[in-house]
Amino acid sequence: MSAIAAIPPKSYEVKPKLDESGTPIGELLEISMGPHHPSTHGVFRMDVVLDGETVVKLKPVFGYLHRNHEKIGENISYLASMPYTDRLDYFCSMTNNWAYALTVEKLAGLAVPERAEYIRVIMAELTRLQNHTCLIGFFVQDMGALGTPMMYAFREREKILDLFESVSGARMMCNYMRFGGVRVDVNDEWIAQTKTVVSNYSKFLDEFGTFLTENEIVLARSQFVGVLPKELAINASITGPMLRAAGVNYDLRKVDKYGIYSRFNFQVPVGEHGDIYDRYMVRVLEMRESIKILEQALRDIPAGPVMDPKSKLRGFRPKPGEVYGRVEGPKGELGFYLISDGSPNPYRYRVRPPSFVNLTILEDMCLGHRISDAVVILGSVDIVLGEVDR
Amino acid sequence: MLGEQIIKGMAVTARNFFGSYVSKERLTTVQYPEEHLAQKENTRQFPFLVYDGDDWEKGLRCVACQICEKECPPKCIYIVKSKDKKPDYKGQPQIYPLTFDIDISVCMSCQICVEVCPFESIKMDTKFELSTDDRFGGLLLTKDKLAKSNTYYQKMHPQDAAESDAVIAGEKAKAEAKAKAAAEAKLKADAEAKAKAAAAAATVPIAAPAPTPPPPPAK
Amino acid sequence: METLEQIKARIEAALPSAKIDIVANECPAGERSLLVDAANGFLIAKFLRDDAQLKLDYCSNVTGVDWPDKELTEKTRVKQVVDGVEKEVEEVNKTIRPGYLEVVYHLYSMALKHGPVVLRLRTENRADQTHLPSLTPLWRGAEFQEREVYDLYGVIFDGHPDLRRILMWDEFVGFPMRRDYIAPDDFEYEPTPHDEVLVEAKKHYPVEPKAEVKV
Repeated sequence: MSAIAAIPPKSYEVKPKLDESGTPIGELLEISMGPHHPSTHGVFRMDVVLDGETVVKLKPVFGYLHRNHEKIGENISYLASMPYTDRLDYFCSMTNNWAYALTVEKLAGLAVPERAEYIRVIMAELTRLQNHTCLIGFFVQDMGALGTPMMYAFREREKILDLFESVSGARMMCNYMRFGGVRVDVNDEWIAQTKTVVSNYSKFLDEFGTFLTENEIVLARSQFVGVLPKELAINASITGPMLRAAGVNYDLRKVDKYGIYSRFNFQVPVGEHGDIYDRYMVRVLEMRESIKILEQALRDIPAGPVMDPKSKLRGFRPKPGEVYGRVEGPKGELGFYLISDGSPNPYRYRVRPPSFVNLTILEDMCLGHRISDAVVILGSVDIVLGEVDR
Repeated sequence: MLGEQIIKGMAVTARNFFGSYVSKERLTTVQYPEEHLAQKENTRQFPFLVYDGDDWEKGLRCVACQICEKECPPKCIYIVKSKDKKPDYKGQPQIYPLTFDIDISVCMSCQICVEVCPFESIKMDTKFELSTDDRFGGLLLTKDKLAKSNTYYQKMHPQDAAESDAVIAGEKAKAEAKAKAAAEAKLKADAEAKAKAAAAAATVPIAAPAPTPPPPPAK
Repeated sequence: METLEQIKARIEAALPSAKIDIVANECPAGERSLLVDAANGFLIAKFLRDDAQLKLDYCSNVTGVDWPDKELTEKTRVKQVVDGVEKEVEEVNKTIRPGYLEVVYHLYSMALKHGPVVLRLRTENRADQTHLPSLTPLWRGAEFQEREVYDLYGVIFDGHPDLRRILMWDEFVGFPMRRDYIAPDDFEYEPTPHDEVLVEAKKHYPVEPKAEVKV
């Protein structure tokens, strides 16, 4: 591979189109989309400069939901940060929990029992299913199909959230994993229920597929729109389905093999063009792979304890040191970086949020497209503002 | 054919629309507040304090150890310890919370207080319809509003309640056994002292040494 | 992947002026890191990215860390002559380690699927010499994260194309993630009757609010 040339961000200066004599045709229109715009998936603002309907400049502005999550994490104990991680990406509290638990386990050298590992995989893959389902619902909504497809997606999501609730006690803010295991064990009845939900899920995906995959409007709106080249995707640290849609085979479940992912037989879908449609397709195929993993995990789950006996809730003080742990969240690489100084609170608690970093190239993807496409492109990035702003 | 897939999509919509009249799979919503969904066994909303027996003030399990106050992530618990002591469920004198407030406008239902409590005294409630027109006072639950009986808890979370009852019963039995042993030891010591005193009195009638005091009962 | 010692040796061979230390890490899964000097930071990072054996093409995580001035106490036993008698006296030496801001980069390779190599850069001090070279020209992925470090810690990245506040608003004064940052205390009164925050907040109210602590 040749060295990638530095790819500078687009410059600030924008000028309207000129006619032959050099006088500008019309004026540029500067609009502020958001923070209460329904298409921005939360309190997110895009400062857009338009030439006619074409985007010539776009700057994402955020921070409306900023609560300095990292500072909070430095002032409370390790355990007390766990419920706060639920609120980062509130769609995927289970994977957030896992990323944090994994990092602290690396820091303190805790082992996770077999059964807990299986439960974690099941929870993470269910999370991936519901996150991608919702995202596809939003994506269609962004194109203008108001309501109906999103309601179907939310209906299916609710079935998974019911499973989460019956185990952890809460639909979204699960607060389920602990350092060295999970909080409560699942029972056989729950596993049977999950098996039903999972086996019905492919049926739903088929139906959703006939609904959308070859729909002419979806194709027209999403193919060759918002193309992200492979080199730029790597250079801009894009992770998750967006990176794989750009054609890079990089999935932390395969690369790091954290947890017990090396035991499962699954594939990593990779896109070809890096456009919105590829991102959509990668997510659909990832859901199919998740179902495969879930079927294997639900089949193989062993009996046993779910907590490392060495871990303790009160008075948890890891030795000084630092660690970076990461998992493949549904939105990309979710990392936690912890520095311990031997006290009950972390010295430094850093979250590497995937959707925050994925927003870097929003402008590059939107330039030259219509304003209505910018909405869809933003939707395909899959952001959650709880995580972007922290 | 152009539009073929759109028609197929319409068919899916139609199937879902008509299906929603017959299939529970296709219509999962209920008409709240007229209808309620059954709550799950593990559902958690806000914490409450458990008491045994009929009198909430007497039977409160909390001993104001303040662990939950310290561990609470959003710091919504406020406890003031009592100066005096009163007997707890084991019959031992214990301090108790003079004030125990939970601000449920701050509480985030994370259940960490329940997990860290060593005395099985704080548990999660499942009530969620708590709206009030008093923004501050109405959402600040004081001790009397938080105290709920163990029978209520048993009804709400039968499985967890049984577990915590077993823990309490075990502790109680342990304490009783200990108390019993201590009492026996005391009796024995008393008897020994008496015997000694008697023996001393028998041999040296004058200027008998004061009998050794019995050892203090074990805690 | 090569060990850090090998990487260090190769960087030093390629860039003779580079000063590199390996920072130890005691935790069980300890990832040691490379502490590089700010002057050569950019070139070292470029070497790590373009080197054929490393190909660290993916900058995953950029973290700011604040290390305020720290008082180090060192106890030494010194022999002293007191009143003509030689005595061993314990002497406490207090030295102040000057504080600095640190930026930590976690680098991985997507092409070769290895990593991480942890790169640390330190500023001169925490007050006026807080400049560091920006690595955004090498990895676009560092753009927002460096802006965040600037926003929350006040590290100024030279060569960053668009260094503005990102999470806080533009008019904000101060760097909230620094250890000595004092949060504003103009909170609205809430009846959570326990926090130091509340004690502070109450000072802003001429009349004591109605719901009071019941003791």
